[in-house]
Amino acid sequence: MMTSAHSGGASSAPADATSYLQIKGLWKAFGEFLALKDIDLEIAAGEFICFLGPSGCGKTTLLRAIAGLDPQTRGEIHQGGAHISSLPPSGRDYGIVFQSYALFPNLTVARNIAFGLENTGRPKPEIEARVKELLELVGLPEQADKYPAQLSGGQQQRIALARAIAINPGLLLLDEPLSALDAKVRVHLRHEIKELQRKLGVTTIMVTHDQEEALAMADRIVVMNHGTVEQVGTPTEIYRHPASLFVADFIGETNKVPSVYRSGKVSIGDFALSTDVEGIADGTDVNVAVRPEDVVPHRVEDAATGLVNLLPASISDMEFLGSFWRCHLRSPVLGDTPFVANFSVNAVRRLGLETGMDMAVELPAERVLVFPGGA
Amino acid sequence: MTDLSLPAGKPIKLKLDRDGAIKRLFMVMIGLYLVVALALPLYAMLSKSFVTYGFDLDRYEFQVSDDAGVFGEPVTAAALNEQLGVVGDADLRSSSDGRLSVTVFFSDFSFRSPVKYRIRGTTPDAPYLVGLDLQNSTEWQEYDSNTFRRINLRPVQSVGPQNYIEYFSNPALFSSIENSLFIASVSTVLTVFFAFGFAYAINRSCMPFKGVFKLVAMMPILVPSLLPGIALIYLFGNQGMLKSILMGQSIYGPLGIVIGSVFFTFPHALIIITTALSIADQRQYEAAESLRASRWRTFWTVTIPGARYGLISAAFVTFTLVITDFGLPKVIGGQYNVLAIDIYKQVIGQQNFEMGAVVSVILLIPAVLAFYVDRQVQKKQVSLLSARSVPYQPKPNRRFEALCLAWCGLMTVFIVGIIGVCQYAALIKFWPYDLSLSLNNYAFDKMDGGGWSAYWNSIKLAGLTAVVGTVIVFTGAYMVEKIDGFRTGRSLFQFLAMLPMAVPGMVLGLAYIFFFNNPDNPLNVIYGTMTILVVSTVTHFYTVGHLTALTALKQIDAEFEPVASSLRQPFYRLFTRVTVPVCLPAVLDISIYMFVNAMTTVSAVVFLYSTHTALASVAVLNMDDAGDIAPAAAMGMMIFYTNATARLVHLFASRRILGTTQAWRKR
Repeated sequence: MMTSAHSGGASSAPADATSYLQIKGLWKAFGEFLALKDIDLEIAAGEFICFLGPSGCGKTTLLRAIAGLDPQTRGEIHQGGAHISSLPPSGRDYGIVFQSYALFPNLTVARNIAFGLENTGRPKPEIEARVKELLELVGLPEQADKYPAQLSGGQQQRIALARAIAINPGLLLLDEPLSALDAKVRVHLRHEIKELQRKLGVTTIMVTHDQEEALAMADRIVVMNHGTVEQVGTPTEIYRHPASLFVADFIGETNKVPSVYRSGKVSIGDFALSTDVEGIADGTDVNVAVRPEDVVPHRVEDAATGLVNLLPASISDMEFLGSFWRCHLRSPVLGDTPFVANFSVNAVRRLGLETGMDMAVELPAERVLVFPGGA
Repeated sequence: MTDLSLPAGKPIKLKLDRDGAIKRLFMVMIGLYLVVALALPLYAMLSKSFVTYGFDLDRYEFQVSDDAGVFGEPVTAAALNEQLGVVGDADLRSSSDGRLSVTVFFSDFSFRSPVKYRIRGTTPDAPYLVGLDLQNSTEWQEYDSNTFRRINLRPVQSVGPQNYIEYFSNPALFSSIENSLFIASVSTVLTVFFAFGFAYAINRSCMPFKGVFKLVAMMPILVPSLLPGIALIYLFGNQGMLKSILMGQSIYGPLGIVIGSVFFTFPHALIIITTALSIADQRQYEAAESLRASRWRTFWTVTIPGARYGLISAAFVTFTLVITDFGLPKVIGGQYNVLAIDIYKQVIGQQNFEMGAVVSVILLIPAVLAFYVDRQVQKKQVSLLSARSVPYQPKPNRRFEALCLAWCGLMTVFIVGIIGVCQYAALIKFWPYDLSLSLNNYAFDKMDGGGWSAYWNSIKLAGLTAVVGTVIVFTGAYMVEKIDGFRTGRSLFQFLAMLPMAVPGMVLGLAYIFFFNNPDNPLNVIYGTMTILVVSTVTHFYTVGHLTALTALKQIDAEFEPVASSLRQPFYRLFTRVTVPVCLPAVLDISIYMFVNAMTTVSAVVFLYSTHTALASVAVLNMDDAGDIAPAAAMGMMIFYTNATARLVHLFASRRILGTTQAWRKR
């Protein structure tokens, strides 16, 4: 399920030491409503950043503030060492691609791409050569003389991308660029955009509400909720070490169980669960989060072999999802709290799991996430 | 998360870039145009309606000498008048250029007597004329009796509701309000009724010839509103072909006005109602059918509620058109006075501009009210539209189709008949005595009214209005739609752009007299020129063009501007390369609308034309006034041919242009 293009590097600081874009204490108010609250962010040169969050979390507002389309109410934005907070869009240095593509319908593909190149004193042959180069770069060399309406959605999006990077902007802004496309094209195109970005080395910010897209494409993800930044980190960090219950819940899937923390363990009713988590005051109400794929299935008779965090459970329902089984579990420990586990096809076959069967599940201590806060 | 609150400080404001500055500049310029061409004239008119002129006898003092030249005690004109009672209250009221001879206050005055007179003002503002010399002084001035007889007092201006009081106490003028409301109400009910039937037949039946019917229904737009009046005179006038049908009723009066009004308002109502009916949702009818509702019940529970906003809107538009129309009552109204006629009579006939202004203000009330209701209704209408509606598909039904065909056929006979009668009238030699055909009536140079040059002036006006108007209207709409920030300025502009719809043409024309004919106004130079005609016509028809442009602009991706500025391209490049080409159909629509209306309009320009800028539409009016009805019909038909041709050219031009520049529309 996780298809991160990013491997290794689990640090939350910019990979490159030179920071290209700094956002300091950014606020945005629409009347009484605060759409952005005190945002601080540093983005390194050449990084691919995703703003990820549910709709209304402020991710697009932040992008538009960076673009100068909807200026922030308070705070500063610095780009490439220059303070750009009060510059109008035309004074900033970025290329932008919108969800609607915003291709000029009455201009051919070539003229669309050339739009930012013309009127700049460049000789015509140079423009033509550049347009050709860009068309090849986005893999559409044959489409120069067509009108946008004659192209498919995916092709239009690539033309919009070519138009945006034609002027070699210092920053590339992508506002939900893939969400108007169908699933297959989307998967294909996100790979291509990532490739292109790596080739050009252009600092890129993409807004998306699709966690899979963010995990697949981003060097670092900025998870936002209610106008604030919940967590900034690499895809693996965000997935493995979510900083809050919201992040754990929003990225991937997670089982939530309310419990109480006591000296290295969390108690769910009479059951004590070992965790690696430290530094929480005894008696604090916490939420325990376990991802479905981290649940390890065992036969009841294996339960005696000295494993920790072993819960008795029974399977109330099973759904076959191709590469794995999704099992709804019930456990006397959890009471009515729903609990879901993903078991591999192999494990199900090996252990002979079926609906209604009693079994035991292991929750490995290093995979048990604990977040302070009431239910 | 703890509660966060916005730190103190000022909101960040972006520096204005060149694009933003140019856009604001354009918008302010066009806004200023609207202020000068609309707001200021209306203000001038409004203030004029509160101005009265009268002789204030308290302001003058006289001294009279005896034969030996010894002067007596000073005495005011008011005191003298009280003794003699020569000037009544009614005579003390005056227009701005009234004169009152001072000799009336001296019963024994003789210009041969050696008696000398002194006059002075008791206040600094006490104007009087000595011959043609205007005097205004509190110093005693001495004159011999021969000069004294050439002294006239001048009225002084005062501000107050006097004109309104006078208006409402004049039963003849006041009855015009009743008359106007009556004919407007009756015409509205009839027009909406006929137009609804027509629109219903077109939208909801499978009858044949729909294209022909639609074409015919739009014909009245192409002629001046007074043309049906001329046709009605030929049909039912004193020597009319079908006079006997009326059974003694006279066509001159409310009957003629109502029939003519139904003719010229029909297409306007039809367009609105057709739009309202065409947004119907097939699924609602399927639901009604599945519930076994009768056709009749479905009509009252689905059709009428669905079209109600359209019906209300059509009613108000029709009402406004009729109540503000001037041409038709002028031609066929006879002795039946309506508000628009009163303005004309007060201004052109009696030169009483102040009273004209009063009637104008009164005429503004129903127009503004109708405009307001229409805007409210329009807003609701939009929310009825949903992208997921399934368009209604009529099912064949023989009897229903026959009924529809009859209804539309009747309206077609009416419309084609009216225009046909005009054409016939224009072509025969001398009704009803010599019915042989000739083109004599087209020899306009032999008649009063401006001759052929009036026709060419109209073409020039229509062409200029179409070009200038379209440029101003579209540019203004673009700036107001695609500008960032500048909220107050934008809403002010929107208000100014919507205002012309609420101002009847007569009122606009009269307001222009007050504003532009003022010698103190530096814009006075355009008075009496083609320029003022173009300005008034563009302003008069501004709103519909503005709304057309806005609709087209709203359909364009709002992200074009951000993309262009991120590519560091100036907005005008985007405007000329993308916005205008994409909106070309709307641009052409605005220009043909401006052209056709400039050809047919009478109301505003009737106050503003001069001898060398006479217009065809005004010539129809004036020739009719002079009794040259046949040439008036001929000129009216010239307007019809021209507009019909313009429409055809527009149709082919749009097809060609769309074919070449809008290739992108085809997949």
